[in-house]
Amino acid sequence: MEPRVLANKKEFTFKSFFLQWEWLLVVLILAVSVMNASLSEYFLEYDNLRDATMGFLDKAFIVLPMVFIILMGDIDISVASIVTLSSVIMADLFNHGLPMGWAMVAGLAVGTICGWINGMLVVRFKELSSVIVTLATMIIYRGIAYILLKDQASGKFPDWFQYLGWEYIGGIPFILIAFAVCAIGFGWLLHKTVFGRRVYAIGNNATASRYSGVQVDKIKVLVFTLAGLMSAVTAMFLTSRMGSTRPNIASGYELEVIAMVVLGGISTAGGKGRMIGAILAVFLIGFLRYGLGLVNVSAQMLLIILGLLLILSVAIPQLKQRFASMRRI
Amino acid sequence: MKRQITESAGVPGAQINIGKPARSVSEMIGKFRELGLLGFILLLSVGVQLRNPSFLTWENISDIATNTAILSILAVGMMLVIITRGIDLSIGATLAVSGMISALLVSHYPGIHPLLAIASGIGIGLICGMVIGCLVAWVNILPIIATLGMMNVYRGLTFEASGGKWVSAHQMPTGFKAIATGTLFGVNNLILIAVAIYIVAYYFISHTRSGRRIYAVGSNPDSATISGIRSGRVLWLVYTIMGGLSGLAGVLWVSKFASAQGDTASGYELSVIAACVLGGVSIAGGVGKISGIVLGSVLLGILNNALPMIDVSPFWQMFIQGTIILIAVLINALVKRGIDRNHLMRRKI
Repeated sequence: MEPRVLANKKEFTFKSFFLQWEWLLVVLILAVSVMNASLSEYFLEYDNLRDATMGFLDKAFIVLPMVFIILMGDIDISVASIVTLSSVIMADLFNHGLPMGWAMVAGLAVGTICGWINGMLVVRFKELSSVIVTLATMIIYRGIAYILLKDQASGKFPDWFQYLGWEYIGGIPFILIAFAVCAIGFGWLLHKTVFGRRVYAIGNNATASRYSGVQVDKIKVLVFTLAGLMSAVTAMFLTSRMGSTRPNIASGYELEVIAMVVLGGISTAGGKGRMIGAILAVFLIGFLRYGLGLVNVSAQMLLIILGLLLILSVAIPQLKQRFASMRRI
Repeated sequence: MKRQITESAGVPGAQINIGKPARSVSEMIGKFRELGLLGFILLLSVGVQLRNPSFLTWENISDIATNTAILSILAVGMMLVIITRGIDLSIGATLAVSGMISALLVSHYPGIHPLLAIASGIGIGLICGMVIGCLVAWVNILPIIATLGMMNVYRGLTFEASGGKWVSAHQMPTGFKAIATGTLFGVNNLILIAVAIYIVAYYFISHTRSGRRIYAVGSNPDSATISGIRSGRVLWLVYTIMGGLSGLAGVLWVSKFASAQGDTASGYELSVIAACVLGGVSIAGGVGKISGIVLGSVLLGILNNALPMIDVSPFWQMFIQGTIILIAVLINALVKRGIDRNHLMRRKI
């Protein structure tokens, strides 16, 4: 008897290749760019594009680990609060006389610990969904930020810290280089390592993965910890760009990050989607926001568009599946 | 794996305990949960009263009750949503949009009857809820994603409807403001409305077929579907009720604070979820009582009122609230674990 080979990859045809969600995103990005270019003749200039990307890349760092979390069928809505807390603690330590370098290390450590706490709670209390656990920690983390800083702003960072968010290296913004490095790292982790395959396995069927020897709990804790760490990285860039920090910064980031991941074609039911989709979604939403800013569309209208995009990007695959199964019957 | 071990370990226990139901601490807590919550509320009140004697005055108590009324109205709807294993993060925005539109209505047509204003708010809330219900029940979107998205849409609509401006007290007719400040038989209207909603909701979830179906869908969606319950319809109903209650709460909120803003009640959904969780509504679905969420809301209301009275800095409030939610959720989980283990031990295999 011939050994049965599980089809790992679908047969390559041009139709299936170009009918992917990622290509739809590319088309959308092109459409938005054309719209932007027709609205403003300056949009396609290199300087302008470069500075436009600097504006929205700070939260993109959280998108990368959020892809892993949503792939596993979980969710983390405390990321924005982690951003705030690590930024506030960094500023507070710096203002108490710690050198800036060490304060940044402390900020990164705080983010990592917050993420680890989320992960441990999710793993130890499996009967609670990650929604409710991270909802509680979201309030707690921001609460600590309020205790530390009250309603004050904190700043007066050294000059070199400002460069983090504003400086160019060889004409390319530093933040873009950092994001590219992180994106390649996370993409490699997801698509080329055993760890990444296990994340997909957990998302498809957590029980089956546990029985086949995948250490589900360990992987989940690690992924949540990574989300904490990347939130802290976002905190560094955001604080550097703003020059000061407050306990209410980054509010609403969790929504935008989740919207980007879902728009990138990563399924909320777990186990489906690719890193490149989420990265394309980051640029799509970034350019869209920039373009709408050019035509003076209010921030509120943008809220509506973002919400509808989130709903549509989940609804379309669901409806497609529904119609496909109806046709089969 | 773990369950199998407990099950086989439970066999000897079951033989010993024949005819004598095993009782454990967690089961007792589960049974007398409301009593425990009530005890905690009383202890807290006595403690605060010792620090600040103006706490247990009639005036302050009625103040707490009025402030808690809106929270507990929303908690009734949220309980239904959570019982079906869902969550609704959009209620703050639904509240804002319906409050804003009814406020705009009364400011343009001051002669309108207050009841009509309430009806308009409820109507808009119902529509908002129906949209979410459709998304969750028939498009099969996860409740958290659907409500997160619609939260943004409704919040944006609130701003768009008002053009970013506030509707302030002098633009509202006295009749509209009297909805929340007026009294009937010496009791504030808000409290009366809230109590009426508790009674209706209690009857609905314990004595009507649709109400029982909500629990059935929540405790086991598959067997509910197999036994002929159209779970899609139940889910839709639950989110629609939540929307209607948010609409009502929106009108009451705007009337009480006499101002409608774009960011009215933003983040309020967290307090409502906290009230439900404190009141013993299980996030895993299928569990929840009206008495529990009323006590949960009262506890939150007392905390909000008492902390400033005993000189706790307002900046601590968020942290304290979050910690209480986390502890309540964890205790719920542990209690449920204990009960499940006991049920396993008592099974005669």
